[in-house]
Amino acid sequence: MKYLKNVSTLAYTGEKCTGCGRCVEVCPHAVFGMSGGKAVLVDRDLCMECGACQRNCSAGAITVDAGVGCASAIIRGRLTGGEPVCGCSESGGACC
Amino acid sequence: MKPLKILETNTDQTALSPLKGQSCCAPKTCSCTIEAAPVLHDEKALRGARWIRGAIDTPAGRVPVVSTAWKAADRLGRLRARVGDFRMKYAIDPGLYAVGAPGMDSDVYVSANYKLSFDVLRRSLTGMNAWILVLDTGGINVWCAAGKGTFGTAELVNRIKVSRLAALVKHRRVIAPQLGAVGVDADAVKRETGFAVRFGPVRAADIPAYVAAGYKKTDAMRRVRFTVLDRLALTPMELRPAVKPYLVFALTMLVLSGLAPEGILFRQALNGALPLLVLGLAALFAGAVVTPILLPLIPFRSFAVKGLVAGIAVVVPTVLYSGMFAGADIALLTASYLFFPLVSSYLALQFTGASTYTGINGVKKELRYALPVYIGGCVVSALALIVHGLSVRGVI
Repeated sequence: MKYLKNVSTLAYTGEKCTGCGRCVEVCPHAVFGMSGGKAVLVDRDLCMECGACQRNCSAGAITVDAGVGCASAIIRGRLTGGEPVCGCSESGGACC
Repeated sequence: MKPLKILETNTDQTALSPLKGQSCCAPKTCSCTIEAAPVLHDEKALRGARWIRGAIDTPAGRVPVVSTAWKAADRLGRLRARVGDFRMKYAIDPGLYAVGAPGMDSDVYVSANYKLSFDVLRRSLTGMNAWILVLDTGGINVWCAAGKGTFGTAELVNRIKVSRLAALVKHRRVIAPQLGAVGVDADAVKRETGFAVRFGPVRAADIPAYVAAGYKKTDAMRRVRFTVLDRLALTPMELRPAVKPYLVFALTMLVLSGLAPEGILFRQALNGALPLLVLGLAALFAGAVVTPILLPLIPFRSFAVKGLVAGIAVVVPTVLYSGMFAGADIALLTASYLFFPLVSSYLALQFTGASTYTGINGVKKELRYALPVYIGGCVVSALALIVHGLSVRGVI
């Protein structure tokens, strides 16, 4: 299953990659692969912007505007003027 | 290394009840050398936990041993967590737990203190000897908590320290669920605790195969799936939030339909509102049940459009063939064809929160287009219904 085309903010700078393979280890959608001792971006449109790769890339080769892909969280964030956060911990929060 | 002895098993109340007249250092039963090992868990927090089989005293303190089999209460808990607010209270005490008879070389698996996350993990460790380090995520599952940062670097570092993991095991590694990587910076944990973080499989059920393969993940173990069963399990929580708005809508339609110079006429209210109430249910069903279940089969990638397609597919035949709209004027038809597919679309868009592959910037893009359409559609539908109501009463 793929989401919208060309919406992911994932950016990868190959020159900074040290080939540790963490991004491949943590990505739940196989966005990254390894080739010639370096990470390669296989398919950006598979990215769900969870941010696991960015957090674990010690070389700083990956950036992504990470967050929850949840409509009600984004609407709530806009209404309250805060960041979109998952409503899981509030009572009645329906997401995840 | 010295063997750790299981002190007590099969207690139904609490495994942590101090063993009266017998300390961990009683010379005959135990060879450990620690003076009064600290109790790692709050006694009260574990009272009545039937999934605890006993406890072992370790250099880090007394650790509860948990069963790997689910009891009826565990299955009931899962069901309740799936359908309602019970999930918000379905938490266990954070800290260390043991599976089997682990020792100083045994693996340490990290989990969240949402009981369902923990239950799935312990069941997957059947037949193994391992430690489980439960983080305090506020009772939220691993992935959502990682997104919030509560399943995160700081809490993992903290929990490794307060649980005295360094005294418990000789090795210096923990195995975290892969989805926890959203919140856990493995390098930072290593820097601050000396423990390396390995991100294991996405699904705990893959752990035995992962261990057997020498702690190597296959591509399939790395991938999040979103099977029809996964989606089906989520539909109750899609429908639930829609119940109250639906009742408000139903009441409003009944009152407005029943309005007459004499007051509110019951028969008129029912006759006028019933077709709309039926369409409302159809739209709920299309958006919160049909769309999630048939998700990959419905054309278009946008959830809002998928919901619109499902809504049209359910609403149009209902209007055409139910017989309830025979003789309906153009105003009523306009409102029906416009409003209800949009309801379905809106509900489907909410499902992005439960889905495993939608990103924040994609959903924002959907909202940019969809919200004005929803608002405009509601306004036009309301006007059309007013026109319909006036014309039925012969005002216009």
